[in-house]
Amino acid sequence: MPNIRTIKTTQKAKTTTFSSYSSSFSMQPMHLSAETPTSLKTMFALRFLRAYSKINRYKSPSRLSSSSSSSSSSSSIVIRRCKRIKLAAYASMARAVGPKRAWSRALLHKVLHRTRLHRSVTRPKVSGAGSGVAGGAINRTDKLRRLVPGGKRMDFCNLLGETANYIQCLTAQVHVMQGIADSLPPQAWF
Amino acid sequence: MSSRRSRSRQSGGSAAITDEQIIDLISKLQSLLPEIRDRRVDRVSASRVLQETCNHIRSLHREVDDLSERLSQLLSTSDTAQAAIIRSLLM
Repeated sequence: MPNIRTIKTTQKAKTTTFSSYSSSFSMQPMHLSAETPTSLKTMFALRFLRAYSKINRYKSPSRLSSSSSSSSSSSSIVIRRCKRIKLAAYASMARAVGPKRAWSRALLHKVLHRTRLHRSVTRPKVSGAGSGVAGGAINRTDKLRRLVPGGKRMDFCNLLGETANYIQCLTAQVHVMQGIADSLPPQAWF
Repeated sequence: MSSRRSRSRQSGGSAAITDEQIIDLISKLQSLLPEIRDRRVDRVSASRVLQETCNHIRSLHREVDDLSERLSQLLSTSDTAQAAIIRSLLM
């Protein structure tokens, strides 16, 4: 039984970390990478936080009574939530970028139709399989096409441009998610 | 949806891609890759850049996976007050 007083104090601490975090958004957006526009980061952060708080609201009421017993069910909830958070993150980024990019259109389409996002991540990697001398570049281009959403339908030039943009946006996405995770209090109450 | 079609047709129209354009794009990509960012552009082959690009995207995907898991665990231990704080952040 965690006493209420400690929870209250941690919440107070939480509020301060949150407010300092929000101010860091407007004043000096944390470690901006190369050329990512600040507005994109902020747009993504707003969308993602909104989705994140929604996922939070849908949690099961069983947690109120559970302190240690329902560990198995809560872990499955965590896994399901993890997937939803991941989808929300990619969708938020795709929406923040808008339809002007081929990758964001393809990504949004994938998210809406619940296609698997990145097969190469979930599949056990066979690394260095096609790293022969001849045809290496073609092989790598194919791999890149599989990694960038919508890459299969792009010509080479387009693929390179979209890839550059995709990397910038993914980096921004990782930074913002990291910032949110760091500003939330660690799980130390139960 | 119709805009998408017209757009792809437009990009198909500009089929004449010069080597310079590709070199530009490759060096732009290289500048985004922490592994080979600081090397001279002419010292890194295009196929190396492509390979590093794939690796980098994979590692970014993995980071998103890990962070999603972390954020999911953080949610499971927090309570509704946290949602209120997140919401107040958005106002």
